[in-house]
Amino acid sequence: MARKVIKVDYLARVEGEGGLKVVVRDGKVHSAELSIFEPPRFFEAFLRGRAFTEAPDITARICGICPVAYQMSAVHAMEDAIGVTVGGQLRELRRLLYCGEWIESHTLHVYMLHAPDFLGYAGAVDMARDHGDVVKRGLELKKIGNEIVTTLGGREIHPINVKVGGFYRAPRRREFDALAERLKWAREAALETVRWVAGFEFPDCQRDYTFVSLRHPHEYPFNEGHIVSNRGLDIPVSKYDEHFEESHVERSNALHSRFRSGGAYLVGPIARYSLNFDRLSPIAQQAAKEAGLGTTCTNPYKSVVVRAVEVLYAFDEALRIIENYREPEHASEPIPARGGVGYAATEAPRGMLYHRYRLNADGSIADARIIPPTSQNQASVEEDLAEFVGGFLHLSDDDLRHRCEQTVRNYDPCISCATHFLRLEVDRG
Amino acid sequence: MGRPNRIVLGIGNRDRGDDAAGPAVARLLRSVLPADIEVVEHSGEAGALLGLIEGATEAYLVDACASGAPAGTVQRFDAQSAALPQGMFGLSTHAFGLAEAIELGRALGQLPPRCVIYAIEAGSFEAGASLSPPVAAAVAEVAVQLRAEIGGHEPREERRCA
Repeated sequence: MARKVIKVDYLARVEGEGGLKVVVRDGKVHSAELSIFEPPRFFEAFLRGRAFTEAPDITARICGICPVAYQMSAVHAMEDAIGVTVGGQLRELRRLLYCGEWIESHTLHVYMLHAPDFLGYAGAVDMARDHGDVVKRGLELKKIGNEIVTTLGGREIHPINVKVGGFYRAPRRREFDALAERLKWAREAALETVRWVAGFEFPDCQRDYTFVSLRHPHEYPFNEGHIVSNRGLDIPVSKYDEHFEESHVERSNALHSRFRSGGAYLVGPIARYSLNFDRLSPIAQQAAKEAGLGTTCTNPYKSVVVRAVEVLYAFDEALRIIENYREPEHASEPIPARGGVGYAATEAPRGMLYHRYRLNADGSIADARIIPPTSQNQASVEEDLAEFVGGFLHLSDDDLRHRCEQTVRNYDPCISCATHFLRLEVDRG
Repeated sequence: MGRPNRIVLGIGNRDRGDDAAGPAVARLLRSVLPADIEVVEHSGEAGALLGLIEGATEAYLVDACASGAPAGTVQRFDAQSAALPQGMFGLSTHAFGLAEAIELGRALGQLPPRCVIYAIEAGSFEAGASLSPPVAAAVAEVAVQLRAEIGGHEPREERRCA
């Protein structure tokens, strides 16, 4: 019966389903393949001919967990195409909105999806029976993330207040008063979260990843920055296509991203953290150190700790923005329709989300290109499995399946629902 | 802010064919239920959903489901008396949906004393499609049933809309 429901789930949701095939020969992993279905390309075709102003709301529908990321990449790419820069308080409000989404998404993953793996529960419901207060704290933190997104976006999922140039309506200062008090509680609770997850037991697995993320001169990255790596890459976002390529792999409907020069790379929390530790606020840096993280993190199972640190940062940053907020004179900058090509990458909770649009002279979209983080990480997920599963072959099939699921969940891929029902084929020869 | 004692939640995505069944029931009921009953259309995201029903004395939830029954089949569950069937819901959000919210609420001792779920079997989840005929009929049926069920607890005012 469960199989049947997965099938329907795939029909209803863009995030789709996942499967995994591990082939073992002579006690060694021969191959590990992740198959996922993720059809944002339908959206790219759907965008053609639509007005540039429609892209934020259309692309937000690609994902129910990270609609803000799609909106932010879309508005920045459009503004790049048209040659307008949005600054001041509107820029700050965009960071605040992103804080809300990171909190929503990361808290869901840390508490409800990933923590049960480490504490030996089948899921959050079982965990809640023994750790009720902890789960309530997670729910409350997520709720406050929802409140940030609702205050700015008009509703907690698929915000309706974002537009190219800014917002339809800027919040009044007093709308943040009650939220500020809640955020102070939340920042403390987020610190507790870091301490809680730091106490988990982590498999001793390290990999020499090629990390890729945005990097900004002054800030932990949300919306702006160069694309950098720990191998010396440092390019403006407009050069993305010169350095990265996507290829189709038969087993998967999501394209695999790689460097044109060859090789997989990793985007997402541990890449962002490792490339931007020095841009975290002091409280987040301190918490990370106390949690035993170095300034880089190469153990993907510790991504749960990095997410908790990013949640703490997001609350700290949200408080900073709210405390310094002055109501802007206008809720948005005027944006004339014109032709051009625009590029943007922003840091979705799961990693860098790249958008490129070519606009016709009347501002209609000639073509669109969207590269979500889960596509970029697919090759890296498979390499993790190929490298780590060999160390777990002594486990029973059930335990091995669980460890494989946990390994996929390290990435919080946008197939979280499907990885709950991950089909594992182990061919032991 | 006091939470209303009674709440009706229509769960689903209005833009995905029969997934709109829950919100469609909510819209039918909004104008005919007593004003003190909160009627909400909701995405089904578990954390927010749990927050909405927490503290209520009565919660009525309507969602599309996929159990393998013919489209339009209506099933009613009393969440207080038994766990919800696993894998039947979860159409409205990925990762964490209605069934998880209910079971999490139970584990945390936060389920309303009366918590009833109506599940309408979906036929199609095609983006942009309207309700299929059997599901549209089921929506009307559930609205009538719910109105009677909720009305049974408190006399309802007729003709309250001018």
